Amino acid sequence: MTTGRTQVEAAVAQAHRDEWTYVLAATVRVTHDIDIAEECVQDAYARALSAWAINGIPERPGAWLTTVARRLAIDFHRRREIQDRLLPYLNGVAEKTMDLDHNSTSVGDDRLQLIFTCCHPALAFESQIALTLRYICGLTTSEVARVFLVTESTMAARLTRAKKKISVSHIPFQVPAPLDLPERTDAVLEVVHLLFTTGHTAPTGSVLVREDLTSRAIELARMLRQLLPGNSGVAGLLSLMLLSDARRIARTSPDGTMILLGDQDRSKWDRELIDEGIHLVREALTHRPPSRFALMAAIGAVHAEAPSLCETDWREIVAIYDLLVLTWPSPVVRLNRAAAVGFVDGPRAGLAALDELAGDPFLSHYAYYASARAEFLARLGCWDQARDAYEMALETCHNDIERNFLRRRLDDLKLPP
Amino acid sequence: MSEYLVLIYSDEADPSWRDPANRDRVMKDHMEFGEKHGASLRGGNALHPSTSATSLRHDASGKVTVTDGAFVETKEALGGYYLIEAADLDEALAIAKDVPAPLGGVEVRPIMPT
Repeated sequence: MTTGRTQVEAAVAQAHRDEWTYVLAATVRVTHDIDIAEECVQDAYARALSAWAINGIPERPGAWLTTVARRLAIDFHRRREIQDRLLPYLNGVAEKTMDLDHNSTSVGDDRLQLIFTCCHPALAFESQIALTLRYICGLTTSEVARVFLVTESTMAARLTRAKKKISVSHIPFQVPAPLDLPERTDAVLEVVHLLFTTGHTAPTGSVLVREDLTSRAIELARMLRQLLPGNSGVAGLLSLMLLSDARRIARTSPDGTMILLGDQDRSKWDRELIDEGIHLVREALTHRPPSRFALMAAIGAVHAEAPSLCETDWREIVAIYDLLVLTWPSPVVRLNRAAAVGFVDGPRAGLAALDELAGDPFLSHYAYYASARAEFLARLGCWDQARDAYEMALETCHNDIERNFLRRRLDDLKLPP
Repeated sequence: MSEYLVLIYSDEADPSWRDPANRDRVMKDHMEFGEKHGASLRGGNALHPSTSATSLRHDASGKVTVTDGAFVETKEALGGYYLIEAADLDEALAIAKDVPAPLGGVEVRPIMPT
């Protein structure tokens, strides 16, 4: 029986989209080398084109491709072993260990091992993100380059350098030992979180949200949730991202201008995502002490449950920020706490809380700090100072949509009150 | 198995080095490290301070210049090393975490197989 060419091509393309990362991760377990695995997987897909035309499309294309790719990898290693035996003086006597007996030690998904390799702390943080996008999310090199706003050749070189480091320093392809697992999982979560925040408010450019990044981050967190179901950090991060993403549509108006939390049409918030996020955050908060992401998600949940900005339980939010400052004393957390204080005790108290942070070197270049001061100053009727603060915010903001928003606020203040 | 060189860097100028009790304690820490990880150790030595170093620089024409001092002047100077054998980087890092390195830290470098 033969299967039509277009049908086979469509099936191979489909398997490439859906299962490339699974097949690759399973093959890396045999090769202990990403480059060799990539070649074997490529070869397996090429072979599928002819084999499926003759024998029909297999019921589980991913399993077929994995078997073939791994067999190719084993052949590759055998050839190399023979070469090593014949040419011991040229190739050295370094023994090549190979994990053929993979199933006996298999813990969880192959991709989980590969995630821990890609997010190994011995790799530069940017390389960790690039490797994760390329090999766990399955983006092409040119797509990863677009995420980082660099050329394809720059990204290809960066990926090659990172893989070289994995290879020469023998970064293992395995789930870390239980003792190291919490810290290493946190490192993976950092990568996923940065991917999301970069997409949630793009640092530069003409769109506010880059859905390509936010959806990849959520997809990764969902994968981690499946692979590490009991981990409260994973539950917290997934919750945090779902609760933020639920507000996405309401964050910009049809003409692309930015809408602040208080002015958003809350009926546009995605209730399904909110319900899922709240369910997850409840679970994450049962872990003591609660993770940083669980606390951030809890703040998101308070907003999600509030009917409007002024009916929000700001006291609760300040209380959560107080806990968050203990586990994660970052300038941005302090800034958000100070802003929340303004909602509980009024603009004067909020301004005082912000002024306590005045010497912070990071916040002095952070647009949200200046714009938060501007908001409180405007509410106190200090128009000149508010205008100065908006001007300062504009100087440090590089997202076009946010800039337009700030400029509009500034123009409003220029009108006689 | 792979080999790694663990390079120990520390601030030589720190006054605490002049305290003999402190030096004895660091020595004792190294003995304990040696006992704990003896099976993975392939070698290791302490070095005299970088003031004892002599550097040779080759220029493009092949000329060699001899100078007094370390090759690169840094606050933290190379003070010793261990050569270790480990299954992978995670195992090497676990061993390297135990290397006594007061007033500094260690750098782990894979050895190129010959």
